[in-house]
This record gives sequence, structure tokens and C-alpha cells, in this order.
Amino acid sequence: MTKRPIRFYQVGSFAVGNRLLRDDERTVQSDPHRSNSIDSGHRACQGCGEALGARYALDAAMRATQGQLVAVNATGCLEVFSTPYPETSWRIPWLHSLFGNAPAVATGVSAALRVKGRSDVRVVSQGGDGSTVDIGFGCLSGMFERNDDVLYICYDNEGYMNTGVQRSGATPPAARTATTDAVGPQPGNAFGQGKDLPRIAMAHDIPYVATATVADLHDLEAKVERAMSFRGARYLHVLVPCPLGWGSASNETIHIARLAKETGLFPVFEAEYGTVTSVSKIRRRTPVEEYLKLQKRFAHLFGKNPRPEIVTHLQEIANRNIERYGLLDTADAPLARHATTAEVRS
Amino acid sequence: MNKRPFAITLDVGSSRSNHTGSWRVERPVYVDRLPPCNNACPAGENIQGWLYEAESGNYEAAWHKLVEENPFPAIMGRICFHPCESACNRAQVDEAVGINAVERFLGDYALEHGLRLPSAGEDTAKRVLIVGAGPAGLSAAYHLRRLGHGVRLVDSSAQLGGMMRYGIPAYRLPRAILDAEIARVVDMGVEVVLNHNVADIEVERESGGFDAVFLAVGAQLGKRVNIPAGDSAKILDAVSYLHEVAEENPPLLGRRVVVYGGGDTAMDAARTARRLGATEAVVVYRRNQERMPAHDEEYEQAKVEGITMLWLSTISEVQSDKIVIEKMRLNAEGFPEATGEYEELDADAVVLALGQDTDLSLLSQARDVEVENGSVKVAANLMANAQGVFAGGDAATEDRTATVAVGHGKKAARGIDAFVRGETLEPVAKHELADFAKLNTWYYSDAERTQRPELEKVRRQDNFEEVVLGLTERNALFEARRCMSCGNCFECDNCFGVCPDNAVIKLGDAGKYEFNYDYCKGCGICVKECPCGAIEMVPELI
Amino acid sequence: MLTQIEGSRAIAETVALCRPEVVCAYPISPQTHIIEAVGVMVKEGRLAPCEFINVESEFAAMSVAIGASAAGARAYTATASQGLLYMMEAVYNAAGLGLPIVMTLANRAIGAPINIWNDHSDAMAVRDSGWIQLFAETNQEAADLHVQAFRLAEELSVPVMVCMDGFILTHAVEGVDLLDQSMVDAYLPPYEPRQILDPDNPVSIGAMVGPEAFQEVRYLAHLRQLDALHRIPVIAEEFFAATGRHSGGLVHSYRTEDADTIVVAMGSVLGTIKDAVDIRRDSGERIGVVGITSFRPFPSLQVREALRHAPQVVVLEKAFSIGHGGVLATDISMALQGTGCVVREVVAGLGGRPITRLSLEKLFYKAARGELGELLFLDLDVEVVDRELARMKAGRRSGPSAENVLRDLGTTRVEGQGR
Repeated sequence: MTKRPIRFYQVGSFAVGNRLLRDDERTVQSDPHRSNSIDSGHRACQGCGEALGARYALDAAMRATQGQLVAVNATGCLEVFSTPYPETSWRIPWLHSLFGNAPAVATGVSAALRVKGRSDVRVVSQGGDGSTVDIGFGCLSGMFERNDDVLYICYDNEGYMNTGVQRSGATPPAARTATTDAVGPQPGNAFGQGKDLPRIAMAHDIPYVATATVADLHDLEAKVERAMSFRGARYLHVLVPCPLGWGSASNETIHIARLAKETGLFPVFEAEYGTVTSVSKIRRRTPVEEYLKLQKRFAHLFGKNPRPEIVTHLQEIANRNIERYGLLDTADAPLARHATTAEVRS
Repeated sequence: MNKRPFAITLDVGSSRSNHTGSWRVERPVYVDRLPPCNNACPAGENIQGWLYEAESGNYEAAWHKLVEENPFPAIMGRICFHPCESACNRAQVDEAVGINAVERFLGDYALEHGLRLPSAGEDTAKRVLIVGAGPAGLSAAYHLRRLGHGVRLVDSSAQLGGMMRYGIPAYRLPRAILDAEIARVVDMGVEVVLNHNVADIEVERESGGFDAVFLAVGAQLGKRVNIPAGDSAKILDAVSYLHEVAEENPPLLGRRVVVYGGGDTAMDAARTARRLGATEAVVVYRRNQERMPAHDEEYEQAKVEGITMLWLSTISEVQSDKIVIEKMRLNAEGFPEATGEYEELDADAVVLALGQDTDLSLLSQARDVEVENGSVKVAANLMANAQGVFAGGDAATEDRTATVAVGHGKKAARGIDAFVRGETLEPVAKHELADFAKLNTWYYSDAERTQRPELEKVRRQDNFEEVVLGLTERNALFEARRCMSCGNCFECDNCFGVCPDNAVIKLGDAGKYEFNYDYCKGCGICVKECPCGAIEMVPELI
Repeated sequence: MLTQIEGSRAIAETVALCRPEVVCAYPISPQTHIIEAVGVMVKEGRLAPCEFINVESEFAAMSVAIGASAAGARAYTATASQGLLYMMEAVYNAAGLGLPIVMTLANRAIGAPINIWNDHSDAMAVRDSGWIQLFAETNQEAADLHVQAFRLAEELSVPVMVCMDGFILTHAVEGVDLLDQSMVDAYLPPYEPRQILDPDNPVSIGAMVGPEAFQEVRYLAHLRQLDALHRIPVIAEEFFAATGRHSGGLVHSYRTEDADTIVVAMGSVLGTIKDAVDIRRDSGERIGVVGITSFRPFPSLQVREALRHAPQVVVLEKAFSIGHGGVLATDISMALQGTGCVVREVVAGLGGRPITRLSLEKLFYKAARGELGELLFLDLDVEVVDRELARMKAGRRSGPSAENVLRDLGTTRVEGQGR
């Protein structure tokens, strides 16, 4: 494990901060002088998970590099809402080129810094799931294969949200998008094999691959810090719920991200040189319904004409993740509805 | 000259000129909600408040916050039946916070470190007569002295403490603790008159020229019932029994003692009898365990000490060496009904623990004071019908616990203070309750309650050594940190961290946080993710 | 030092003298020899500090160059044809961001049908991208233009593409006078970026610009290219002063003083044209040549000055806009508006079709007699075309023309004659 749980404080292991912790044990986000790499005034929707995830990740990277950081950004929501002329929300050196080339641009930046003898300056490349798993996939794989000194961060909101919520290679099965509408005998996105980029990244045997969500800041920050301790290509896949695209309440962003992990639909783990080194165990196991029901993109699975067989199918996907990564402390722990009572109430 | 490309390249942080707060239809605001523990505390303690200090390891600050409301933490930490813990939201996560144990730790810490109560207030030249030096009277004395009023505290007994001394056995409340906490109050400049029976309150008030009177005479009379008994049968009431034991003049009850009743006093009487040599101590109660008024802890400790229970039984006759018991059954409404079945039980003495009555004879001349069902009838400020006469504690309530009495003492002191100043005490509106639904308990680490150690059974048999032991500092700290701080910000930084718009300003140095409404878009994540429910959304006024 | 050397090699040696810091490469014929040679030099350490990045596509190649340039490094790459199209989005982006990347374009036709031989279709496809496009006539000029290209790019913060004919130049071994390092160092100062990704002085590069400023951004880019029209001759002049060699510049005239007909062209074909012109001159025809070195920015004024006195202008180009006609010819016509010059368009050499001196002589002969139509395809095999047209007329489903033509020419084994 890369993180150290702090049990003896009320909320030491889970909340953002804790007045009782020593400064060096606190999260980056609890620091009143944090970088705020992406600052106020950006035009992200209310409750945007990506805006949050970007600040979490980049502020952590800023701390890990003592502020010697350059970011490259793919086209997408994050780019559009952060830099509409004449205002930018970034406080770090930042470059946007195209939708599909952020990993390659980062390679160029990294190469230039090496030439200039500035290897102390580290490069982060970032984009949404569309630019990562689809259009920029070739460049990303190339960057991995060359093992360029770049941390690539994918903020996965499971679709092309900037263009109006269309399906991407990361859209989950059954989810409604503008191009996989909830009509016909198989409403929503088709059940395919999925495009599991963290595992694809691992197949490149790069030094570090990790997944995280905006619901667990400690984990996310620890992973960024760990990532920055390596040289070479690193990949961090952060689940960032999108209130607009997922049809969820703006205040549910973190809650939904948490449920994604607690259901097993989004396994949270880290891997080094192609081998999984740790997984974040499920703390309060939750059936997938509780995750799905909070999102209008899955509304067609419930209500007047429910599709329990599709929900079951999704549960099977979660179960497979749980099995594959060993997400439960005891593999055969029953799926208990009551275990989540507190969660539902909160 | 700016040689950067026009429009394509921008200066960092320039988006701060874009005030996204205008998107908002609801705004988050920080609130203080009433934690259920505070709400449940009869003494009105700010439990969440003092736990907050204790969490930091700042026990002195915690204790000072505690004694703002209640001057007897070491006593309360032993004898209070802690309704706070019954109300504690954490019980719905794992187990309630051991508030009482932490309170005791703080009380003992203060005694050990010689912490001092706040000094008496500036003299107001007003004088108050307090009749009865139990928890209500002492509490009132404490608060009145802090307000600067002169206090004369009179009691018919030889020592201060009322039921805390004469009703609660020393194995639950060591006398050194009791004496020390009482002494601290007396040292604030309380005039004490002991062994003094107030026969007529009006006379006493006028002769002393008191501006107000507080009646805190307690309920000192053990209730009696008519049980056919032989001449040689030994029957006494529990109040008197415990009183005599407290005066170190215990009556001899023989080897087999039966206690009649199902309350805490019954348990105390039985446990005391065991300690004083009874080989058998049997509690006879007409209902079953479920309906027994005694607190579980008391009952559990009694069981460990060998006390046996006879449920669904009434005593129909007492003889010199035995009693006759009629078996009962519960009807549909849960009331006991006679069955007509009898059995005998060997017994050398019967102690009646069937409740207590007040002795309000001192009011016989106070025509205006109304008494109802043995209690003085009082208004919300605890003032009786007569001007300047206040009443509290067991004398004014059916809810007869030391903690209620301490609360009454404080309330009365405030009522009296307002009265002597010629003011009216405005009731303070309570904050909204921080119920469980307002919390996000995900953020609290899993942490099971620390159990208080207890004295080994063999060491309890023939002495009055304290049974329940205190927490170590480490354990007390752990327990304090289990507090979820319901409804009150405890600086977890969640709002500061989870805002996608950096619209929360962390003030630092316990200054907590502020919203920056220039940028807050009103998404509500901070409210949803606030562990303790200390933020709420309110509509923007358009 | 005059050396017998392959064109690609000469480019590699010259690029090396320019001290590139990041070179990114993806192979495509006929560019391969250039980047192979640079790669060897980087690997040997001759260019240190320099990073040679083997990327996975031309799109990545230009993207890596963008990142490197924005981070303050002198970036270079080379491509051709399909590769240029595959990197097209990044080509535009580099220009839009004002990054002074230098790229060699080994001009090659664009498929389908796939064809690896020379023409100028690729360069024409990106003429509106905002890059400066310089066309080399010889390998000597191609080499020299690279030094000037870095200088120009970095002075103006605009990317520059040096276009040289694939195979005809890239693979031709001839004498090239390679520059020496001290000359290049004196001529080309270190890169001082106009904007840079610097943690100590952060900026956001690549903002989204809406209708309120986009047109202004584009207009400013245009002004910068107009500025280049002033700088290109100066830079060429300075190059001449340092080397005694005339390379670069905007346009070059050859025997045009008294010409009735002036032939306009770009790239290596100018050499053949000049030979043909000399021969026609010997026959008494008054014919001259104007070579365009700077296609973008397009030197309209200079072109007009060079051509206005000739009654007839023949634009011979290795590309055309299908459905319209010559690309260069259109620009020339625009430049000559109001002069009364007659402009004839000749499309030649597509897909590597040799442009022979003999064909040119015949062309000029006809031109001198006023026998040229508005648009001519030089050496078009009319018979083949007619047969295919007849086939197409016979049935709608006639199959791909390319296959049919090849079959017609007997270069492909005939299968499935049943159609």
C-alpha cells in the first residue's frame, strides 16, 4: 500500500484534512496554500468531477515536484472550461494542442526539458476518456512504448461530454448517451468487451499504472506522489463523475464516484511494471443498483419497464472485477443490502 | 511589450475575473446544529464542544468547557446514566461514543492537576438561600456564585452532597471524588450551613433577607407499601438503608437479604448488602427484566457480584426468616397481574426500594407555592408560583437523577439571576437537531468503542472500592476522537477540499472556513460531503 | 566544402549544423534517408544535446515537435505525402500556436492510387495552414534553405516547411557545398522562444478563442507572413554575404528581360525548364523563366513585377486542384490582375511522370505560337483516357479507373475480363 491509514483520528483516513494531523501527514488539498493548479472562475458545470480531479491530481503533482511541473492538455471539457479567451484558470505552465496528441506533445516537452538539462521539471499530460482511450490512443501507446518521462492522467467521465454526451470507448454498457439512446430492445450502450485502458497500459510494462476516483483523495494523492517517484511513462486513470452526462445531481459527484468503487464497477488499484501491487478494498459493499439509480443515464433500467436482467449483467461485471482484483477482504463476503444503509442515508 | 501571441497565450489565473457565483440558485451556509448528545444532556452540557477540545489532547480546555455547565465532571463521569450516549449518532455506525468515560477522565484529570473552577463573579449584593445541598443545590450555588450572587446553602444532613452521598454507594462514587468536587464549589465563597432543618421557608427567607430562594430538598423519603408482616420481621426502606451505610452506621440485615423493587436503588441496596456480609441478596421485582427501570450497567454489575433476580414476583407477606411471594404474569398491556401462585423464600430482612417521596413540609406556610403529586409546580424558569421561590431537582420533577438535578441547579441559577435583576429570562431558541440523516458517516474511521475496565469480581465482595475504572489517557483520547462532532464543524477540511471551484476559504487557526460566493456555483457537494452536517443549502433570494 | 552527396544526406548534414534539439521521425518514402542520417548522428552523440524520438505516426511526429518547441527546444522533423496529411491537424496547430518548427517536405504525390513518386500535391494540401513554404530548386538550395528556415521561423515565430522534390532531389547524388559550423553558428543564433512553458513564469498556451477574437488572430498570422515577405530577401541576402551563394529569396527570374512568354514553376523542374528555354532562345523565341521560391507567403508584388511585361505567362506545376485547375496558376493570375497578361496553366509531372526537356521544348514551341489552351496536361496519354471514358460510358459499374488504366497499359496482369 502506498498510503498509511491513520486510524486514531475521527476521520484521518477519509476526510480531506484533519486539524489533529502533523503538517507533513496532511493532504495537499487541506493546505490553505495549495497550488490551486486550476483556479476559480473556470466554466465547468456545477459539481464537475473533472475540475475537481484535475486540481487534486495536479496539486499533488505540484507538491511532489516542488512546483516544477508542466501540463499538457488534450482538447475536451477540461481544456474548454479552463481556457476560454481571454481567461485561463491554470496557474501552472500549460499547453493545449489537439484532441488526439496530448501524449506526444508531452513527449516533446519532456524531450526538450531533457535537452535543456531541466529534468527537475516534470511533465503531466492529461485528457478525458475520449482523448485517451479513443482518438489519442495511438499517441498514448507510443508514449508508453517509448517509456517517455510523462505522467499521463485520464479523467474518465465515460463519454464525450464536451460535445454533448456521446459514447466513447469508455462508456459503460447500458448507459444512455446521445449516440446510444435508451431506445430499442437493447437500450443504451451495447455490451462489448470494453476498453480497459489501465490494463492495456499495464500490458506495456510501464513503471506505474494506477486507478483512482475523486471520492478518495488520500488514495489519489498517494498515487500521484508514487507516480512522480518514477521516471518513465506512467498512467493514472481517475474516475470523475459528470453530472451533466450521467444525469446525476450536482452534489452527488463524490458520492457516485465512491459507489463506483464500492460496487466493484470501478476497481481501484495500482500496478508497477505490469504487476498489480495493491488494491483498494471495498469498505461497504454495495449492489450496483444503488450506483445506477442515482444516474439518469441508467434510468431506463428501472421505473415502469425495468430491465432487471441488464442490471444483473452489470452486477456480474462488478463481481468479475471484485474477483479479478480481490476487492473484498474475504472473497466470499455476501452482497448485503443492509451494509449500505448508512451510505444511503448520508 | 507583451511578445506572447495574442489570444492564444494567456496569463495564469486570469479566470478569477469570471465570477461564476452568478450561476448559483442555492448557496451553502455554515450552520451549527444541535448534536443529539447535547440535546439529551439533562445538565445542558456542550458535550460535542468539550469532546472537540479533548480530541486535541487539550484536556484542560475540555474540562473548562465542560464545567461551564456542570461543575462535577468526576462525579458525573461515574454516576450519570448518560442519556447522551443513548442519543449518540455513532450508535448507528458502530457503538455510541463513551462520553461518560471521557467525562470521568476529564474530571479525574482536573482533580489530579488541580484545575480550578472559574472564579466567582463580581458581587451583586444579592443573596440567595438554597435549601438542600444535593446536586441541584450545589449546582445552583456554583452558577449563582459565578454570577456574583451571595449564596447560603443549608442542609439537614451532616455533610454536603445529598443523594450523591447518601443514596449512591461509595463503590460507584468514591467519597474522595465527591468531597473534592464539592469542595471546589464551596471554595467559590458559598456559605454552608449543615445539620439545619428548614422548618418554614418563608421565615427562613425573611429572617435572612434573601432576594430569592431555591428549594432543592430532594426526595428523601422511601416509599412504603403495606405488606402483612410479623412483629419480628425486619423491613426497612432503601433510602434509609443507604443513608445509614453512608453515615458508616449500617444496620444489620442478616445473611439473606431481599430487596423489593426494580430500580437502580434496588440494585444499589442489594449490592451494598452483599458487601456488608449478606451471602444471598435477592431482588424481587414484579415485572420482567425488559421492564425493569434499573439501568443495564447497574444490573449487569449486580449480576456479576452474585445478586439474583426474582422476576414477576410480589411480596405478599414478610416473616422473621422468610417471605411469601406471589407469582405474577404480564397482561397484554404489559401490566403485572396476580396469578394466585405462591412460594416462600428464606429472608432475614426486606429492603424496600419502591421509589421516593419528597418532604415539602417546609412549604406549609408558603401559601402561594403549589405542590402537585409530591412535586413543586414550577414554570420554565423553575420559579414556583411565589415570587422569588424557585424549586428544582427531585423536589420538582419525576425524572429524579443527579444529572437532571445539576441541570435544574443551573437553570434555577439563571432564573434567579434574571429575577433578582428584575429581568425576564428569554428562552434561547435551540438549533436544529443534527440527526443521523444529516451526517455523511463514510468519513469516520471504523473505530469500536473502548470498554471501561471493571474491578475484578473477587475484589468487590467485601469492600466499597470503585467498581468501574477509568480510562487511560490514550484510551480517553481515542474515545474522544470517536466523536463525530454532529452538526458542528470540526475542521476536517472536506468542504475546502471537495469544492470544484475553490470557493471555500480556509481561515486557519481554528478560524474554520468561509464561502467565497464570488465563485461558488452552488453545486452542494460541500453539503453532501460534510461529515457532520454543519453546512446547509439555502435558496438564493432573487 | 563541395561534396558529392545524396540530397537527403546533404539535408541531414545541414540540419545537424543547425543544432536541432529535438528531432522526431516517422519513416515515409522519400523522406527516410534524411531522418535515418540525422538519427545516426544523434545516436553517435554528434548532436548532443539532442533527442531523437522515434514516434508511432506523423501525427505524433508533429505533436512531439509542438511540445518540444513550446518547451523552448529547436525542433525538426521531415515527412512527405500521406504523412503530411496524417499530421495535417498538427500542422495547422503548430502554425496556429506560432511554434517555429522546421520541417522538410520531400514532395510526393498523394493517393489513392498510392504513389510514392514526386509531385507537389502534398505541399498544396497544406498551403493554407499558416506555414511558410519554401521550394528548393537544387539540393544545394535545399540544404541552404534549411539554415535560412530556422532563422526565419525563429525570428517570426512561424513554422517553416522546406519543400524539395522527392527522389529527384532527395535521392540524387550531386555536388553540394556543405556549410561549416562556424558559419551556421554565426548566421543562426540560439533559439529564443517567444513563449515557453516555464514553471517560474507560467502561461497558458493554446486557449480556446471564440468569434470575438478568432478573426483577429488569423489576421495577425497573415500580417506575420507578410512580414516574412520582407524578411526572406534580407535573410537570403545575409546568407549570400556569408557564403557568396544565392539561395532562397522570394522569386528568381531567368532570361525574362525581353520575354514574350515567361514560364513559372517551382522546385527542381526549373532546371529542365531553363535548359529548354535556352534551346528555344537559340531558336529565336523570346522566352524566360520565373521560379517561385516562397510559395507561402506568396510574393504577389514581386511576381507581378517579374511577369507584368510578358504578354503570356505559362504556369507549369506539379499539382492541381481537381475540378478547377492549377493552384499556383490561380495565385499567379491573381497577382497579374489588370496587367493584361494571358496565363496558361500546364499541369505536369504528376505522380512522378518525367518532365522531359523534349516535352518542354514542344510545349514552349506551341506557346510561342499562341497555341496553348487555358489548361493543358503535359504528356497526357489521351488514348488511354479515351478508352477509359468509353468504358465508363458503356456501363456505370466500370471499376476503378486506376486499375483499368494500368490494365490498358499492360502493366497489370489482366484478370476477370468478363466485365
